[in-house]
Amino acid sequence: MDDIFARYPNKQAACIPLLHLCQEQNGWVDDAVIEFVAQRCELSTAHVQGVVTFYSLFNKAPVGKHQVWVCRTLSCALAGAESILHHCEKRLGIHEGETTKDGLVTLRTAECLAACGQGPMMQVDKTYHEHLTIEKVDRILDDLVGKSG
Amino acid sequence: MLKQVKILTKNYDVPDSHTLAVYQANDGYKAARKALGMPREAVVEEVKKANLRGRGGAGFPAGVKWSFMRPHPTKPAYLVVNADEGEPGTFKDRTLMERDPHRVIEGCIIACYGIGAHVAYIYVRHELHLSKERLWNAIKEARAAGILGPKALGTDYAVDVFVHTGAGAYICGEESALLNSLEGKRGEPRLRPPFPAQYGAFGCPTTVNNLETVATCPTIIEMGGEEFSKLSELHAFGDGGCRLFGVSGHVNKPGIYEACIGLTLRELIYDLGGGLPEGTKLLGVIPGGSSCPILRPEETVNTSNPKSPLYPYNGKSVLDVPIGVDTMREMGTMAGTTCAIVLSDRVCPVRAMHNLIRFYRHESCGQCTPCREGMGWMERILDKIIAGKGTIEDLDLIHEIASNVMGNTICAFGEGASMPMLGFLRKFRKEFEEYIRTGGKSSTGRLAL
Repeated sequence: MDDIFARYPNKQAACIPLLHLCQEQNGWVDDAVIEFVAQRCELSTAHVQGVVTFYSLFNKAPVGKHQVWVCRTLSCALAGAESILHHCEKRLGIHEGETTKDGLVTLRTAECLAACGQGPMMQVDKTYHEHLTIEKVDRILDDLVGKSG
Repeated sequence: MLKQVKILTKNYDVPDSHTLAVYQANDGYKAARKALGMPREAVVEEVKKANLRGRGGAGFPAGVKWSFMRPHPTKPAYLVVNADEGEPGTFKDRTLMERDPHRVIEGCIIACYGIGAHVAYIYVRHELHLSKERLWNAIKEARAAGILGPKALGTDYAVDVFVHTGAGAYICGEESALLNSLEGKRGEPRLRPPFPAQYGAFGCPTTVNNLETVATCPTIIEMGGEEFSKLSELHAFGDGGCRLFGVSGHVNKPGIYEACIGLTLRELIYDLGGGLPEGTKLLGVIPGGSSCPILRPEETVNTSNPKSPLYPYNGKSVLDVPIGVDTMREMGTMAGTTCAIVLSDRVCPVRAMHNLIRFYRHESCGQCTPCREGMGWMERILDKIIAGKGTIEDLDLIHEIASNVMGNTICAFGEGASMPMLGFLRKFRKEFEEYIRTGGKSSTGRLAL
């Protein structure tokens, strides 16, 4: 954490990196995280709350163990993102935005993830999976369930 | 004319191209060493002569931007590198970060020196985990080798570089929103003036440059600004050098290609992109990211101004004009990030426009009422049209909303979202009217092939 503060001329700038750090450990940003970050960065909790609600990657509620983001913006859509998303929904038995009952996977849609030439694509946790086919998606999801099972 | 080069991409195919050893074995950091031995003004002068137009979309001359930086008596200066790559269709900066991160660091040293800064922040979108990892590793290697630090490359000039990330917001690619995000705030654009060169990051003089712009600087110092500029067919029009071009959508070989400026859309789509899949024809092309109004292959150049960069191309197809900042602007669109999205005749233009307005509604930061409300309103109208319940008047309403967003917002997002909407309406008016008349039966209803 000291390493993060050392990067900036003031403490406030560490707000977003600290929120990422907390979310990585906690899974989501709850009130305790907001208070902790506000205190460390010498900001009001209202400011930190404002930051958390502004950015789409901060989870405002508990999420599944794994995050699956399917890109659906134009280039990926032209490459067949809709059928990839439908397949994920069918396979996982949930709709976009939901988490599987066992708490393993949250399925979400993403807006352009800068992999337009490799579409359709999805991001699973920190990894990009590109040039997707239905078979490839099956393997990725199998692996995800297997790894955690 | 198609002239492929391997300048920015020269290390892309070398194994372990992201490591310092490989970068140095291929003349890495020589240009930074040379720059640090030149007077600061001379470095700026070379970049000016290079006619390096910003690669992030707006195309502002980088050397001119640098020259706005004046030393402040008490405040430090900052370089902020924009790698928030998020413009739909754009995926070029990511390749530089992943495959040649040291080129980015070398560019940072040169740019810092040019603007009088000792610290650079590279703002990378959070989702690009591999890019961040590669940049941090490159920074660590460069620090350990004395390339970065209080005595960068053994000189008396201090340079350090840090990676900062956002948390998922397209608007943070807008430079003033990016600065707020860097400072730990909501990524809402700022009113200008003051401009970043006077009051930027942490209230200090700041230059914000796109990542590819910065990564081009080593080549400019190495070759000399004028030589670099002359690579381009549009050299005489102040648009110099080579750059990364991308192509995605309905082409056989989507990807990132490096070429001299002068490349046309036809060459990008057919020669580099391998053409459209068999049995399909070109419906339209979005030249440089989704904010650039679409062009149709039937359109031709028509200008009576002999001074226009378009004049030599009078009567030719818009696909046969060099992709440049000014040429594209005069054709009513933009070069943007020069990453094109290709739509085949299987695509329903109504659905393509719907896809994009959903994106812009999702990404409007909500600060300005015309943009926040306008995006949602346009999306709801398109929802209705897609559902087969639209009327012809709805098209005029979209036109009116988009026109009223433009010029009435703090940042350029309003224009960036409204212009492509107006473009779709104007260029596919017949298709839209047919769609409405037939309740969608006139269309394939498809986006994918």
